[in-house]
Amino acid sequence: MNTFKVISPGIATFVEDLGRYGYYHLGIPPGGALDQASFMVANALVGNDKNAAGLEMALMPAKLEFEKEAVVAVCGAHTTPKINGEEMPSHTALKVPAGGVLEFSYFKKGARAYLAIAGGVDVPLVMGSRSTYPLGGIGGFKGRKLEAGDILPIGTPTGKPSAKSLDKSYHLELKEIEELRVVLGLQDYKLTEESLKNLFNDIFVVSTQADRLGYRFKNGQKFTYKDLPQPFGAGANPSNITDACYPVGSMQAPGGNEPIVLQRDAPSGGGFAMYCTLISCDLDRLGQFAPNQKVRFKAVGMQEALQARKAYQERIKAMVVSLV
Amino acid sequence: MAFRYSFGGDTFLFVEVSEDGMSLEAFFLAMAICKKLREMQVKGITEICPANASYMIAFDPDILPHDKALEILKSLEQEVVGAQTTIQTRLIEIPVLYNDPYTHTCLMGFRNNHQCREPGSTLDPNMTDIEYARQMNGYASVEEFIEAHAKSPWFVSMIGFVAGLPWLYQLVERAKQIQVPKYPIARIDTPALTIGHGGCFGCIYAVRGGGGYQMMGITPAPVWDPAQRLPYFKESMVFLNPGDIIKFTPCSESEYNAYVKQVEEGTFTLKIRQTPFSLQEWQADPVSYNQEILKALA
Repeated sequence: MNTFKVISPGIATFVEDLGRYGYYHLGIPPGGALDQASFMVANALVGNDKNAAGLEMALMPAKLEFEKEAVVAVCGAHTTPKINGEEMPSHTALKVPAGGVLEFSYFKKGARAYLAIAGGVDVPLVMGSRSTYPLGGIGGFKGRKLEAGDILPIGTPTGKPSAKSLDKSYHLELKEIEELRVVLGLQDYKLTEESLKNLFNDIFVVSTQADRLGYRFKNGQKFTYKDLPQPFGAGANPSNITDACYPVGSMQAPGGNEPIVLQRDAPSGGGFAMYCTLISCDLDRLGQFAPNQKVRFKAVGMQEALQARKAYQERIKAMVVSLV
Repeated sequence: MAFRYSFGGDTFLFVEVSEDGMSLEAFFLAMAICKKLREMQVKGITEICPANASYMIAFDPDILPHDKALEILKSLEQEVVGAQTTIQTRLIEIPVLYNDPYTHTCLMGFRNNHQCREPGSTLDPNMTDIEYARQMNGYASVEEFIEAHAKSPWFVSMIGFVAGLPWLYQLVERAKQIQVPKYPIARIDTPALTIGHGGCFGCIYAVRGGGGYQMMGITPAPVWDPAQRLPYFKESMVFLNPGDIIKFTPCSESEYNAYVKQVEEGTFTLKIRQTPFSLQEWQADPVSYNQEILKALA
């Protein structure tokens, strides 16, 4: 068996796969890589199954030492990997020699880099997934983010690494103002016309409170509410509802203040009204937004959401095929 | 009761089963639909989540088209109205140390998040959560408030927020429901196993973490145990299910400490009894019916 040791962990590095499903009714969120496309492409580069566990490094990279020779690839946020101090290409399968140290430059673009290792990070499956659920203390490595000194097992490689690099046209690009598409609904009927208009006219900025639980957006105008009777049990504040389930990617605004879009480790339910939900492919993209990224929300109908979903799936397929 | 259907993006479908919020009737409807959906094993439905007066599914639109998902859910609406109102369930006695030192220390650290220090508040700026809840609900003393909180049993009406956390709805008429506003600014910390209350709902915070419910006390009884050490976690890491009935029993600080020690040693047990529950019989005479079902714990 091969292992790697964490020399420095970055600020929030987690073992993730594509997520844990079927337990949301117990309060256990899906988890999994936030930017699923980059995660899958990293796995494809090293010849892994798309769901093999890898590392998600947020905002600041980790530094790792490999016990034996290993094949790795990094995708997602723009960073330059270094093996024993030598700069190497990203989006490419790389050989790390036995005892080799793998580190990365600071991220130039994007918020999350994905490291795939041939054979996958071989932590135990918990409820069908290797993703970390830190609040519940399960999955990943000991149910928590990585710390210096951790030694993680690597599985036996099964596939063949790609000899190609991912074409530059497929690398992460971010516009000065990014657009996030949402489907309106849930409790949007609580908001005034003016607030709904503001939601789609204002330019928001990703706040520093942006992590695997949720993304908070600042610089928008405060939400105002129609004068409706509160449902029983909700509490008096118009931003409250009778506690209900939260769709992953839904937007709430406690007290009418800065909206929060729930991410893949978010609470599964609660008492805040929700006004819209990010379409699934844009939720994946949101995971690459770092604090201070400017954002505009756009309302779309279900047909447009489904078209975008299809286009996203085709893009992932094309990326993977391009590596064969 | 008019149902409201709404999509959450391209993969969730959210259904409010009641226009005016929480009621036992609404909860039974949502629970019955979710049970039926589970039995149907519809291909493409990936999550089925009953909630207090609503429910939600997650679906894969590549397998189950969204309009088809909507059609299936709507077809169940008629089917369950009036059905499933008698259930076989568990009655569980849970010890609670009310007004405990642990939540007290925590809540005093978050007074600036509380109603008692909101601009214009005339409340004592160091008021505790349980004192606030007492005043809001018109009880003469904290002791009387605790008595009302512990006397009537509670339905587990939803599991969520974090792993294994139960929402609780007290089995009393609407007019007698304890209601407290949630914190205006959520706390970033809550002791594990705090008994909370927000709106009309109680809860047991399954793990330490953020929260917005007022803090009433603490229980020694874990409700989430990923290691499944205690006997009552034999079947699942999550102890409680929607439909379980809980009876809080006040305990002293020394009893609480003894229970905590038993939890650490892995010997802690809970009194769990099987009981039928009939919505109609409860509605006819809630007080007598509660007394009747609580006999099982005697």
